[in-house]
Amino acid sequence: MHPRGQGSGERAPFRLATFRRLIGYLAPYRRDFALASLSLLLVQAALQAGPYLVKRAVDLVTPARAAVQAGAGVPPGTLAGLFEIAALYVLTSLVSWGATYAQTYFMSWAGQNAIYELRAELYAHLQRLSFRFFDRQPAGVVMSRVTNDVNTIEEMLTQSLLTIVGSVASLVLIVTMMLLLNVRLALAAFVVMPILGAAVFFFSVRVRRAYDEVRNTIANVYANLQESISGVRVTQSFTRESVNLDRFTGINDENFQANMRAERLNALFMPTVDAIGALATAVIVWYGGRLVIGHDLGYGDLVAFVMYMDRFYGPMRQMASFYTQMQAAMAAADKVFGVMDEAPEGRDPVRPRRLSAGRGRIDFEDVRFGYREGEEVLHGVSFTAEPGRTVAIVGPTGAGKSSLVNLLARFYDPWSGCIRLDGVDIREIPQRELRRALGIVLQDNFLFSGTVAENIRYGRLDATDEEVEAAARAVGADAFIRRLPEGYATVVHERGSLLSTGQRQLVAFARALLRDPAVLVLDEATSNVDAATEVLIQRALARLLEGRTALVIAHRLSTVRGADLILVMDGGRVVERGRHEELLLAGGHYAELYRAQFKDAVAKAGG
Amino acid sequence: MKTLFRVLRYARPYRSSLAIGLLGLVVGTAMDMAVPVITRYVIDFVLLAGHHAWLGWLAAAIVATASFKGVFWFFQRYAMAFMAQKVIFDVRGDLYRHLQELSFRFYDRAQTGQIMSRVSQDVELLRRFLSFGVIQLLGQVLSFAVVLVLLFTIDPVLTAVVLPVVPLVALAVWQFNRRVRPKYQEIQQKQAEITAVLQENVTGVRVVRSFAAEDHEVEKFRRVNWAYLEKNLEAMRLRATWFPLMSLSADLGTMLVLAIGGWRTVTGTISLGMLVQFLQYLAMLFTPLRMLGWLVNMGSRAIAAGNRVFELLDTRREVAERPGALRLGRLQGAVRLERVRFRYQPGAPWALDGVDLAVEPGETIALLGATGSGKSTILQLIPRFYDVDEGCVRVDGHDVRDVRLADLRRQIGIVPQETFLFSTTIAENIAYGRPGASREEIVRAAKAAQIHDFIASLPKGYETVVGERGLGLSGGQKQRIAIARALLLDPAILLLDEATSSVDTETEALIREALRRLLLGRTAFVVAHRLSTVRLADRIVVLDEGRIVQEGTHDELVRVPGLYRDIVRLQLAEAREAV
Ligand SMILES: Nc1ncnc2c1ncn2[C@@H]1O[C@H](COP(=O)(O)OP(=O)(O)OP(=O)(O)O)[C@@H](O)[C@H]1O
Ligand SMILES: Nc1ncnc2c1ncn2[C@@H]1O[C@H](COP(=O)(O)OP(=O)(O)OP(=O)(O)O)[C@@H](O)[C@H]1O
Ligand SMILES: [Mg+2]
Repeated sequence: MHPRGQGSGERAPFRLATFRRLIGYLAPYRRDFALASLSLLLVQAALQAGPYLVKRAVDLVTPARAAVQAGAGVPPGTLAGLFEIAALYVLTSLVSWGATYAQTYFMSWAGQNAIYELRAELYAHLQRLSFRFFDRQPAGVVMSRVTNDVNTIEEMLTQSLLTIVGSVASLVLIVTMMLLLNVRLALAAFVVMPILGAAVFFFSVRVRRAYDEVRNTIANVYANLQESISGVRVTQSFTRESVNLDRFTGINDENFQANMRAERLNALFMPTVDAIGALATAVIVWYGGRLVIGHDLGYGDLVAFVMYMDRFYGPMRQMASFYTQMQAAMAAADKVFGVMDEAPEGRDPVRPRRLSAGRGRIDFEDVRFGYREGEEVLHGVSFTAEPGRTVAIVGPTGAGKSSLVNLLARFYDPWSGCIRLDGVDIREIPQRELRRALGIVLQDNFLFSGTVAENIRYGRLDATDEEVEAAARAVGADAFIRRLPEGYATVVHERGSLLSTGQRQLVAFARALLRDPAVLVLDEATSNVDAATEVLIQRALARLLEGRTALVIAHRLSTVRGADLILVMDGGRVVERGRHEELLLAGGHYAELYRAQFKDAVAKAGG
Repeated sequence: MKTLFRVLRYARPYRSSLAIGLLGLVVGTAMDMAVPVITRYVIDFVLLAGHHAWLGWLAAAIVATASFKGVFWFFQRYAMAFMAQKVIFDVRGDLYRHLQELSFRFYDRAQTGQIMSRVSQDVELLRRFLSFGVIQLLGQVLSFAVVLVLLFTIDPVLTAVVLPVVPLVALAVWQFNRRVRPKYQEIQQKQAEITAVLQENVTGVRVVRSFAAEDHEVEKFRRVNWAYLEKNLEAMRLRATWFPLMSLSADLGTMLVLAIGGWRTVTGTISLGMLVQFLQYLAMLFTPLRMLGWLVNMGSRAIAAGNRVFELLDTRREVAERPGALRLGRLQGAVRLERVRFRYQPGAPWALDGVDLAVEPGETIALLGATGSGKSTILQLIPRFYDVDEGCVRVDGHDVRDVRLADLRRQIGIVPQETFLFSTTIAENIAYGRPGASREEIVRAAKAAQIHDFIASLPKGYETVVGERGLGLSGGQKQRIAIARALLLDPAILLLDEATSSVDTETEALIREALRRLLLGRTAFVVAHRLSTVRLADRIVVLDEGRIVQEGTHDELVRVPGLYRDIVRLQLAEAREAV
């Protein structure tokens, strides 16, 4: 039942363009990044000085020991030399201490700030994306972009990137030191390099693929979880828990298997690198030993070589594992940038036209529209709402009533035809301004977690408490809000749980009213409200609607009767229009609807 | 600590893997220890003492130990990964099961984003620590101990010189851990807040847009994003301060060995080979110490995450089946509410304040009342989504708290006020409560809900995917699918909470006709604001502020003044005009 995540095969090769773009976020912090890199070089230099100092110690000790054995006593300056080396050692480690601090500090600073920017930018962009985008992308996927994908990038920017720089630096330093100590031995040690390179390459390609698989399967796990949580009330109502658990176990298991495939590769990878490394050490011991025997190499050099070789594999291994991490980060970045590159919804016009102090005239002119290519939902809808008048829209479910609202608010753009507000094509009005002129109560009322007052104030963020309460009073919500444990300051949770459905609808209604809009759009705004409350609202509305244009969608015809114009929609067309009395007299669709609603009641009353 | 033990309890079933892992670790560590011994012999025995013929053999021994170690390494790594992945698999499974079973009261207060953050980001941190961290930690502790012993065998005096460094490092680790743990707890919390803000923003996108509140939303996000940044930087400062400190103490040890050990070599107390061996071991001693900072960091973070995961797992199920709960056969459908008092939160006003209601099998009850009068609340108590505070709810004479939940709920069909469809095909959505239902049954339910024709008109018919990932549906279309879903259950008790509020009057009339037939032989509760729907009922119950204020048939109630008569008059006035 639960969906497969979209297993978008992220097989894309390492993308330089993506990498550049990502690095672009570090650009404002290049000073910090540079300082971090510099500190890092210092750390590495200090670190790689270790074996060299050991070499000097050995070189000092070996002849001294020989002299002692020969009975010549300790050569003068031996002790001082040892102390000097120790002092140098302390010095390097102090340098490394300070530099490590600086490196961690600057890098985290740069990385965290860059990530902050990236996240903020992505989020801000989401605020501008079209509804088509959200129709296509399940909420879980969008969320995953901003959370999981950005986290992956965060890890790269704050850690991996610097580790790579560090690994490269230490490799270069080690190779240089080895070459400086003894070219022949160094070259001999490097004989195994090609094997090592081949092994690293062989594994990292496979490991990357395995991790792609891990990411795809984990996306499925999260998608399933997300939906299961959102739908948990339905699940419990229908006692589906065990079936769902079975499905989840299947999806969870796929992820487990993918993880194990990746782990198997990893488990093979490390020992392989180690074994190849041991080969190099063996070469050094054997060939270096011969050189020592032939007096072409000092004891200190040999020891330093062995120590350097020991230090060679760490960075090598790190680079390989960070390569996979980089791959993961690049795949994540690709997805994040994919969202960022989505064109924002119907762009604002180049030369926007101002709305004259809204009178609120609405014209639909032969509007055709569909949500998907080739599936037209509205087949040429035309009507005019005069300023200050109320237009009611009725009709069977799926007739396209809500779609009209979607178009008027410019959640979508029509395929053809044109919609005007006060004579201006809405595509020429800046979106903010358009929506500021509208107060909408959507069919699916949505409240945010926060206080009741905050939710009403969402309609106009600078409204005073008095205005908020006035709006609530107007829709008859004031009484029940005051009865809540903390009145207007009561916190309602996600989607407004804590309120009954009708109460939620009333809060959403108050929110739209508070906006004091030129045009009020009500999409079944009172469908869940009882008849008595509705009458109260209608009385209040009569007053509130004065001077405003209203578009009212309702199934309860009692709501519709008083409208100045009634549009009857069916199958994406306006099939009848007129005032209540006219339509009743005409004896068409509307009259039938109306009678159907009251037939029973009348029959009963008559009996 | 408690969290750690709890994680380990999850590892119990996989202790054989753990054992293999530890064995591999021990052998691997032993092999690691062998290499410096070889180097020592190369210097002392081959080079200084002149047994040149042995050089090749010793070089070969290096390769041999490494290969041997590699094999064990593989098993160790694989076994540990297996254990870690299994543990995470189990934790996730437990979380899922628990989340499925948590009561409505929990979800009344929970934010999906917050929960998601725990089951994704926190579990992920735990997983990483288990699969890399734990074995590293064990490995490092082990090799630390072994190396310490080996150092003693080489030169106890020199060892005594480095020993004081160990408590110093331990102190640093302890201090760091103490400070960084709460920071990580906060970071994880901030991360969850980011997720929660985002979640609401995405699901409420229509409201955000229609109120042109994008700036407000961006500001809301900026605040949590910024808090997250700040917490991260605080943790970073701790890392930056304490990590190098741990290395520094280790370096001090090496420095002492270089000076004192060098002198002891010169004086002949130890050989050159021993000195080199000592230094190599020392590196092995201090690598763990260096890694320790990193590991402790990882562990702290994982434990912070683990705390959050277990906190979720420990959330009590408020509605839980009692042990030995009664099995239920097919219900007759008698429902009784006896002096029921109920409120959603302590301190809140009573949502139901002494409700007495007896319903015979097969009876249809209409619930009427102002918004917030408690209609939906009554419906939620019957399938025991909440437990009553006082009084009791009985089904067929059994207190719902005494019977098995699944047996009870399986026989109750619910059409909730708000429709939720899953992202899957229409057929599967309708068969949600009975995954095994045949196509005929599904079609029959769809026909009764007056949605069959629409479905048939879709290119893919019943196989059309709806919900988040599929076709957008109008409000009434969704609602009718939900009706079909409830009807397919063939329930003994049907609860319809404004099931047709988004459906036009004509379709509603058709559904009503279908219901009239379907309601025969079932007990039903119908909440509706339309009089026409109310008329399906045998008996009408009018609620006001959580109390039953009127009860009776239509004919009885229209005669007495009251809420019902007001509503009827209101709607009749319109109706008269219509005819
Ligand atoms: N987001 C969407 N994507 C694709 N199709 C959609 C979407 N929303 C609605 N539709 C389809 O468009 C048609 C018109 O839907 P609309 O929501 O406008 O109906 P409506 O008249 O408001 O119905 P109701 O009274 O049930 O709310 C329906 O057939 C519906 O399936
Ligand atoms: N999940 C909840 N948590 C806390 N309080 C709640 C919750 N659900 C409802 N309430 C409160 O309990 C009371 C009764 O709510 P209920 O949902 O039963 O009303 P209703 O009669 O169904 O109203 P409506 O017609 O609007 O659906 C209301 O005052 C409401 O604010
Ligand atoms: Mg309700």
